[in-house]
Amino acid sequence: MKTETQTIFEKSRPGKKAYSLPECDVPKTPLSELIPGNFLRDTPPELPEVSEVDAVRHFTELSKWNYGVDSGFYPLGSCTMKYNPKINEEIVRMKGFTQIHPYQSGESVQGCLEVLYKTGEMLAEITGMDKFSLQPAAGAHGELCGLMIMKAWHESRNDTVRKKIIIPDSAHGTNPASAAVAGFDVVEVKSDENGWIDLNSLRETMSSEIAGLMLTNPNTLGLFDGNILEIADIVHEKGGLLYYDGANMNAIMGITRPGDMGFDIVHLNLHKTFSTPHGGGGPGSGPVGVVEKLVPFLPKPVIEYSGKSYYLDYERPLSIGRVKSFYGNFAVVLKAYAYILSMGPEGLRQASETAVLNANYILKKLKNDYLLPYDRVCMHEVVFSAMKQKEYGVTATDIAKRLLDFGYHPPTVYFPLIVKEALMIEPTETESKETLDQFISAMKQIAKEAENDPECLKSAPHNTVVSRLDEARAARKPVLNEMSGTNN
Amino acid sequence: MKEFEIKKYSKEHEWIGVEGNKAYIGITEYAGNSLGEIVYVELPELGSELNAGDVLGVVESVKAASDVYSPISGKVVEINEELSENPEKINEDPENCWIAVLEISDPAQIDELMDEKEYKKYSTEEE
Repeated sequence: MKTETQTIFEKSRPGKKAYSLPECDVPKTPLSELIPGNFLRDTPPELPEVSEVDAVRHFTELSKWNYGVDSGFYPLGSCTMKYNPKINEEIVRMKGFTQIHPYQSGESVQGCLEVLYKTGEMLAEITGMDKFSLQPAAGAHGELCGLMIMKAWHESRNDTVRKKIIIPDSAHGTNPASAAVAGFDVVEVKSDENGWIDLNSLRETMSSEIAGLMLTNPNTLGLFDGNILEIADIVHEKGGLLYYDGANMNAIMGITRPGDMGFDIVHLNLHKTFSTPHGGGGPGSGPVGVVEKLVPFLPKPVIEYSGKSYYLDYERPLSIGRVKSFYGNFAVVLKAYAYILSMGPEGLRQASETAVLNANYILKKLKNDYLLPYDRVCMHEVVFSAMKQKEYGVTATDIAKRLLDFGYHPPTVYFPLIVKEALMIEPTETESKETLDQFISAMKQIAKEAENDPECLKSAPHNTVVSRLDEARAARKPVLNEMSGTNN
Repeated sequence: MKEFEIKKYSKEHEWIGVEGNKAYIGITEYAGNSLGEIVYVELPELGSELNAGDVLGVVESVKAASDVYSPISGKVVEINEELSENPEKINEDPENCWIAVLEISDPAQIDELMDEKEYKKYSTEEE
């Protein structure tokens, strides 16, 4: 479906208006008498001039080009693009939650504090941690917060030589970035032929200079590292802490817990695992949980219960301090709370089991069409490689672009970095067998096209509003201003 | 095209060209091809002292951002400023586009790197 792609500025015509105001019936004062002249602009702003119907049609048209989990299958690996139940939206719109102010006294918002307290307790139970802070506003924010807790703990023990963090080569890019922002140097450990952490290399690297290890389990290959207890021992024996990147928590809810695997600090992505909106529809929420010895270092205030009422505890001398204004993204936490309560423990376990089943279904159905570098039962996501297709000159990007023609959001490509031409597919539990079958047949057709008609893939997409964008030029010479764009 | 007295290769897919006590460092054709179109290059600071294995810079492509490691120890004496404006120069001819020049502090480190033949074999196996 090709449509015109005019911007609202191009649709502008002098004199068009989307408003009609009655005559002013109060005395007028010139603007220059109200605002000092040096704060007033000399020329009017270049705002588009359109009628009401022009504006409505423009934005309605744009909204139709948008693609989200409400429009279709979104197997973007590592992002857990599951359906967000609409009951979550109903609950956050309840008056008791919307008609309050963050400066109100704790006594007058007991319901909200209860939600925060109980969500923290439930997340602690799900992960095997002792206490959570719900302040961090996103996954990477949670990582930074967790690393600051790690640093504060070592420093509180006068252990000040631990300047390094170990991160496996399969890690999410946010891990080394967060470690660097927290002031650590990053040491990489390689994965072995199973896609697990290479134990010998970990043993060699672990020393009294290492503050801890950041690990995602299951990892970004969608594989559960079966050596996790041994890994935890190696790190703990040398005085380090284990950080769990909860990005892949959707694979293990109700089945196993980071706390039982030996992790000390966990962050969760409520916008992935706990069904709150994601990406541009967020904001996110990245709560951080810790084991008992680290509780004093959590961001403050911490929500506590006196036995009678809930209160904000600021008396925490070892705390790393506040990491977010007010109490985190409250409405997002509330949606996750609604989700956990509507699913229940059995429901959460079933969600993880179905997420794993769905990924393995795709693995099995596509493993003859696409190279499967780690041919094992996977967890909630499966990583293929387009190296078979590359023989015909077709890359992972071409396959991703061609999927747009079939009406799908493409999978994650070129990640994890240790797989060449990676196609990382995470179906999530909320997709039916029918949806998976349709996607699988599209992927099979694309594999055939790669052999028989590679040009069709290299020039894809063909059915979208705009054809393939020049990503390299967009990154090298970005046009950041609408006006400068039209002058070129 | 520069002719070097010695040209060696690292396992991390950097090339190093020796001229007197100076070493020119860039990324190999293999690295350029697998990274795809490069859109940004982060250069090291002039005068910084690097150990072998330290991060020399970063090349960012439409696919990913990758560290470039220094195969040897030494002081950064020159950087290829042109790459800040025109990162695509690397794609055009990676083996002739140096990123930085180091003053060699330990010539023995160069002997340990692979020669062209060894590297060709190594990078074919990586495929």
